[in-house]
Amino acid sequence: MSEDNNSGYLDMDLLRFTTAGSVDDGKSTLIGRLLYDSKAIFEDQMEAMEASSKARGDENVNLALLTDGLRAEREQGITIDVAYRYFATPKRKFIIADTPGHIQYTRNMVTGASTANLAIVLIDARKGVIEQTCRHSFIANLLRIQRVVVCVNKMDLVDWDEGVFNKIVDDFKSFASRLDNIVDVTFIPASALIGDNIVDKSKNMPWYQGPTLLYHLETVYIGADENHVEARFPVQWVIRPHSDEYHDFRGFAGRVAGGVFKAGDDVTVLPSGFTTKIKAIESMDGPQQKVFAPMSATITLEDEIDMSRGDMLVKANNRPVPTQDIDAMVCWFSSDKPLTGRGKYILRHTTKEVKAIVTEVCYKMNINTLRKIEDDLTLNLNDIGRIKVRTSAPLIADSYKSNRITGSFVLIDELTNATVAAGMII
Amino acid sequence: MHQDYTITHLKQLESEAIFILRETAAQFEKPVLLFSGGKDSIVMAHLAKKAFWPAKLPFQLMHVDTGHNFPETMEFRDKYVAELGAELIVASVQKSIDEGKVIEEKGPRASRNGLQTVALLDGIEENKFDAALGGGRRDEEKARAKERFFSHRDEFGQWDPKNQRPELWNIFNGRKGHGEQFRVFPLSNWTEMDIWQYIKAENIELPHLYFSHERDCFVRDGVIMGVCDFIELLPGEKVEKMVVRFRTIGDATCTGACLSTADNLDDIIDEVAAARQTERGTRADDKRSETAMEDRKKQGYF
Repeated sequence: MSEDNNSGYLDMDLLRFTTAGSVDDGKSTLIGRLLYDSKAIFEDQMEAMEASSKARGDENVNLALLTDGLRAEREQGITIDVAYRYFATPKRKFIIADTPGHIQYTRNMVTGASTANLAIVLIDARKGVIEQTCRHSFIANLLRIQRVVVCVNKMDLVDWDEGVFNKIVDDFKSFASRLDNIVDVTFIPASALIGDNIVDKSKNMPWYQGPTLLYHLETVYIGADENHVEARFPVQWVIRPHSDEYHDFRGFAGRVAGGVFKAGDDVTVLPSGFTTKIKAIESMDGPQQKVFAPMSATITLEDEIDMSRGDMLVKANNRPVPTQDIDAMVCWFSSDKPLTGRGKYILRHTTKEVKAIVTEVCYKMNINTLRKIEDDLTLNLNDIGRIKVRTSAPLIADSYKSNRITGSFVLIDELTNATVAAGMII
Repeated sequence: MHQDYTITHLKQLESEAIFILRETAAQFEKPVLLFSGGKDSIVMAHLAKKAFWPAKLPFQLMHVDTGHNFPETMEFRDKYVAELGAELIVASVQKSIDEGKVIEEKGPRASRNGLQTVALLDGIEENKFDAALGGGRRDEEKARAKERFFSHRDEFGQWDPKNQRPELWNIFNGRKGHGEQFRVFPLSNWTEMDIWQYIKAENIELPHLYFSHERDCFVRDGVIMGVCDFIELLPGEKVEKMVVRFRTIGDATCTGACLSTADNLDDIIDEVAAARQTERGTRADDKRSETAMEDRKKQGYF
C-alpha cells in the first residue's frame, strides 16, 4: 500500500464567512482575488465571464458574473440573492455567503450572516466609515458573528497612507464599542485590485505588520463558536428498524445544538421532564464516545421513554425553562404584508412548529444610526425591530446570545407558507 | 487551554447533509431520492444510509432514465440498489417519447437531456411524491448557486428563483400548498473536491467509468465523447482509442470524458486539485446558452 500523498484534507476544517457590499466598493474584486488566487475559478468559467463581460461592454472581467447567474441578475447587473461561493486552501475550506450591501437587501444580509463565523466589512479607504459600514456591522453583531475583519480597501488610491488607515481604525472602534457580540476585530489595509495584503503581503505598506486577509482567514480560531457548555439535542426523527437484528432499537436522531453528550450522561427529556441515562451514541461506523455541536447523531436511552420530533434532550443539571412568551429581535422578510401587532403566524423553532401571535411591536431600529424608532411600529420588508410573541405550546429555548440554534426561529405565513421573519430570542 | 471542539470540513458537511436528509423524511409525506448511479447520487445514498442506520431508508429511489446510458452505470445502479435493499422506480424518457408527451430532438447532436424534465415530473406525479432529493451542488453551475436546500416548486414543478424562501440557521421550511412539491439538495455546500475526498475517506464504491480506462472516443466541439449507439458521427469525426475517465456521468450523449491516467482515488484527487476546467465544462447540455440551466430548472428540471 502506498502512503497517501494527499490526505492533508483530513485535517482541514471549515470557515463560513459573509461579505456585504455594493458593486463599487470592490467586493467582487476582493472575492475574485481570493477565488482566483486559490484556484477556485476555472478556465471555462473565466472564459465564459470574459465573453459575457465583453458582450455587456464591461471594461474589465466582471467577476460578479460568476455567480450572478440568474437571467434577471445578469440583465440588471445586480445580485438579488445570497450567492454562496466555495474555495479551499490546504488548511481550510471556506464558504462565502456573498450578499448585496444596499439597505433594500437587509434580509439577504441577515440570511447570509445567520450561518457565518466571520464577517468581512469592506471600507473604501477614500470614504472611510460610512452609513453602510454601520449597517453591515450592526447586522453582523445582531446575528452574533463574533469575528469581524475590517478590510480597508483601495489603499492604492490614498497613496498607501498609514494616517488614513489609522483614522478609519479609530472611527470604527469608537462606533463598534456599542456592538457587544463582536469579540474580535482585525483591521487589514489592502488593495484587492492590485492584490496587496489579500493573499500576498503588501510591499507598498511596510508600516503594516499584521496578517494578510487569506492568512487571517486560514488561521483565525473558530472552535469556540458553538456553545459547548449547555447540552441541547433537538429530536428530529425516531429510528425504529423493526428488524430481527435490531428488534428493540429506538434511536433518537438529531443534530447537537449545544454542549457535549456522552454515553452514561444523565439526561432529561423536555417538555415532559422524564429523566434517564444515555445508553449509547450509535452510528453505522460503530458507537461514538461523545458528540457535540454541530454533529448529527443517533442517541439511545437506558429507559423506554416517550420522546419524538420537537422534543429536546438536555443534561439533567442544566435545563432551559420552557416558555410560551418570548421577546425577540426580528427582521421582516415579506414584501406583501407588513408585521403589525396581533399578527398570527406559524413559528418554527429547532424541530418544533407552534402557532404564534405577535402581541406587541416594541420598537423598530434605524440600522444606519442604531437609534430606536418608537412612533412607527409597522415592520415592513427589511425592517428590524423588537417584538413580543405568545406561542400555543411551550418552546424549549435559550437566548440567541447563548445559543444561535436554540435561540433562533422563523415566522411562517399560514396562508402562503412563506417564511416572513427571522427571529432572535432575547 | 480550551478543549478542542473543531471537526473536519468533511464531518461538518456530512453532519449537515444528514440533518437535511432527516428533515426531509420528517417534513414530507412521501419523499423520493433521485438516483442516477453518478457519484453525487451515490454519495447522497451513502449519507442516507448513515442518517437512518440501522433502519432502512425511509424513502424509495427513482432513476430518471434517458435510455441513453453507459451500460456500466446501469450495472452499478442495479447492484447498488439491491445491496441497499431499497425499491427503485424508473421514470423513463423513452416512455414519455412513446406516449407522445415529448418530441425527440433530431440530428447528430440530439440529446434527451432536456426531455428528462417531463419524465421526472410524471414520475413524481404518478407516485405522489412530495419531495425529491437531488445530488445537485451549488458549485456546479451558476443557476444552482442560487438554489436553496429546500427548493419550493409550484404544482407544475417550476422553480421561481426570485421568490425563494430565505434559509437561516438550521431552519428549513417545507410547508406547502396542495399539489406543490419540493426539491431538496443535501449536498448544496459540497464541491467536486469534497465529494472525492469523502468518497476516499468513506471508501465508497463507484462505477468504473470514473477511473482511467481505454475507450473508443471521438472529439466534438472540443469535448471528448465516448462512442455509443446513441450518437451519430458527423463527417470528419474520427474514432480513436483514448485513455480517459469521466468526471461526471450523465446521459451518454452529452457527457464528455477527459484524458486521464488516474486509476485510483488518490490520483483523481490530485487531478481534481490541479484541474483548470469545471466538471460541467465537459457537459454539452450546459453549453447551449448562458442561462441553459436556469431555463431548464424553471421548467422543473432537477
